[in-house]
Amino acid sequence: MNFLKSLAIALCLFSGAIEAQSVDATRQVVKIALAQEPPQLNSMKATDQVSIFVLGHVMEGLTRYDRRGNLAPGVAERWTLSATSAKFWLRKDAKWSNGDPVTAHDFVFAWRNAVDPKTASEYAFILYPVKNAEAINQGNLPITDLGIRALDDHTLEVTLERPTGYFMKLTAFVTTFPVQERFYRSVEASYAADASQMLYNGAFKITDWVHSASLKMQKNETYWNRQTIRLNGIDADYITADTRARLNLFIDDEIAYTQLDGETYKDALKNQFRIRPFATGSVYFLEYNYRPERITSNLKLRQAIQAAFDPDEFVNKVLQTPGNLPGASLFPSWIKGVNKTFREEYPAKVLRPDLAHAKRLLAEAKAELGVEQIPPLVLLVSDSPTATKQAEYTQGMLKTKLNLDIKIDVQTFKQRLAKMTEGDFDIVGAGWGPDFDDIMTFGDLFASWNLNNRGRYNNPEYDRLVRIAMNSSDPTTRMEAMAGIQTLVYDDAIILPMYEQGVIYIQHPKIKGLRRTVIGSDPDFTHARIVP
Amino acid sequence: MFRYTLGRLLSGVITVWFIATATFLAMHAVPGDPLMNEKATTAEIRENLARKYGLDRPLPEQYVIYLSNMIQGDFGISFTQQNRRVNDIIKDHFPVSAALGILAITFAALGGILWGAITALYRNQLPDIIIMFLVILGISVPSFVFAALGQLLLVNLNQWFGTSILPVAGWGTFSHMLMPSLVLGLGTMALLTRLMRSSMLEVVNEDFIKTAKAKGLSPQRIFFKHQLRNAILPVVTVLGPQIAAITTGGFVVELVFAIPGLGRYFVQAVQQLDYTVIMGTTVFYGAFLVLMVILVDIIYGFIDPRVRLK
Repeated sequence: MNFLKSLAIALCLFSGAIEAQSVDATRQVVKIALAQEPPQLNSMKATDQVSIFVLGHVMEGLTRYDRRGNLAPGVAERWTLSATSAKFWLRKDAKWSNGDPVTAHDFVFAWRNAVDPKTASEYAFILYPVKNAEAINQGNLPITDLGIRALDDHTLEVTLERPTGYFMKLTAFVTTFPVQERFYRSVEASYAADASQMLYNGAFKITDWVHSASLKMQKNETYWNRQTIRLNGIDADYITADTRARLNLFIDDEIAYTQLDGETYKDALKNQFRIRPFATGSVYFLEYNYRPERITSNLKLRQAIQAAFDPDEFVNKVLQTPGNLPGASLFPSWIKGVNKTFREEYPAKVLRPDLAHAKRLLAEAKAELGVEQIPPLVLLVSDSPTATKQAEYTQGMLKTKLNLDIKIDVQTFKQRLAKMTEGDFDIVGAGWGPDFDDIMTFGDLFASWNLNNRGRYNNPEYDRLVRIAMNSSDPTTRMEAMAGIQTLVYDDAIILPMYEQGVIYIQHPKIKGLRRTVIGSDPDFTHARIVP
Repeated sequence: MFRYTLGRLLSGVITVWFIATATFLAMHAVPGDPLMNEKATTAEIRENLARKYGLDRPLPEQYVIYLSNMIQGDFGISFTQQNRRVNDIIKDHFPVSAALGILAITFAALGGILWGAITALYRNQLPDIIIMFLVILGISVPSFVFAALGQLLLVNLNQWFGTSILPVAGWGTFSHMLMPSLVLGLGTMALLTRLMRSSMLEVVNEDFIKTAKAKGLSPQRIFFKHQLRNAILPVVTVLGPQIAAITTGGFVVELVFAIPGLGRYFVQAVQQLDYTVIMGTTVFYGAFLVLMVILVDIIYGFIDPRVRLK
């Protein structure tokens, strides 16, 4: 056997295979896999998780998140805030990777570009609190009217549309990252298409990017805060969406971190890896169609479904992987309130299944609608295995409990979106993840003007509450309004909250200081280090 | 021969045009908006994107613009990677798929011919039965199962040796290519084995083999010189389309082994309704397939003059 082994090792050396090691304590390099090729590293346009992960490591905004996840000074050294304006003093040692200083003009350029309808950024709405941003984005004003001004190279002044309590939290978000105009103009259409086609001002810089194969990041020696960065390199040597392949790479010690799903979870347990749970901060729910011709616009019918649904059973029987929480509210449990979490301060009504009540409500619904039997309801879902499994559960549950017929309509990502937007559904399996660290990222979802409100829920009371929270910077006023919305979501059965998503992941035991975060670049390796 | 070649090439061009047109129509018939994403955007933004990609024009006009750009060799900009040209995507990723495909087809052809010949020699005996059983498996088991199993095998192998014998996934060295190309070639290998076997059995009964035997030639000489050479012709025929099928059909293998091939773009583009990438990869692959078939036809003409005469 020894002979066989040494032969094989000799062969492997011959064939040029490198000995696998996912972490290197002496060189302080960590190897990881990306789930996909980052589709858009232009910070003004990026929306997907992988691009935001990379950008969060190689660029920095006015503020950043420190190792504890608190907002800390980034390019901006200090700032002053008033109700409708902010002034930032930029640090003089903030540099681009080519040595140029990061100036206030770089922010002006990036912000104007992000809201420019010609740029067509999907995240333009992030900047809507800035004066005139929305009007510019709708093509009604020139971009020069945006409420951002460089007083000099290192002083930036921002005017807000209205008092926005969470404005500072936006300044750590990718869409608000600076971009140097001169460099951008020099590469224009291919900006951020390759490692050499962008400038970096973050803790790391991309040194090597082979499309769909690998993306290597190295400590950025021009970064102002480089002394605090311990890692010298983050090498994403593998790019694959296949979770099983990533688990295999982890077992083989070729990557040091990977997220698991229901299937790979069991194998990870068998290998006795330490399973770590993480709440993603997203809420999944059934969304109804409120167009008047749709039967789901009937309140009693929605309430009947709400009274029949058992979120605990759903989480335990259908989702199975640990970390998921039973759905109770539009607002996930991590959202901050005035002092504690919002849900601690304003507990949501617990969804308790009550079959007799549900049947009563259904009978009332039938009477109101004047029908003997509710016609089959179309449940629109995406074509992922988990989504279809969940839909089948819902179908079975409503049939046995309420004798409601559900037709499941499985569609690919784009088709599902098209059908949602056109209103071609009764119920749709949907979810929402936070864009910024404030309750409003969930709160205005069903406002009549919100384009993401694809079921066209329209309730003046809901809109009124959103406006109160939007126009106030007093935390208590805002949270009171949001509590009103939480009650409305239950009483009006606007949605059926199913679960708060939790995921599980594994990481190499030698990695310390890896931060998982609900907002922004996740996982955050910026302050990670490898212990010997 | 020249006229024959020219005729084949001409019909090839028409085929590619047909593929392009059919794909264009089918793609636009698929419901869903390529410019729509999870986060809803304003009408203004959608219009701007539509203008950028020319989707604001009537369909016939889009078709004409598309065809004229295609003739000039320009496939446009990707919808999902808005700063990358489709030409660059093909240029960057096709060589990877091709390298993988060539190795896979080498495995498949060598294995297929060898196993096929063995089964024919031991007809209805144990080796034949075992190999034919494996062939049925090879044909019926989809490649994603083989890919997952192959990778698991590597993981266990590496664990058993306590060091990395072969990389589990990734791309870069020759050792990265071995398992994926083997997995990719398995189906074709099974197909070729079956083809080779029946072709060998047919040749065995031919008069010239009997003559050779009667003349007292050694069995080795009969096998290599007369049987194998004649039996290999049908294998060459299917090799062309199979090369194209292998180089284009590696989507799952590329995903499992984290290989930056074009197959991933090909499949993902359809899922994401990335119009330009769909068109670019389909037309490119279509042209490649047609070219391979023509090439085989021409080679066939050299090997067997009877084909030319017809």
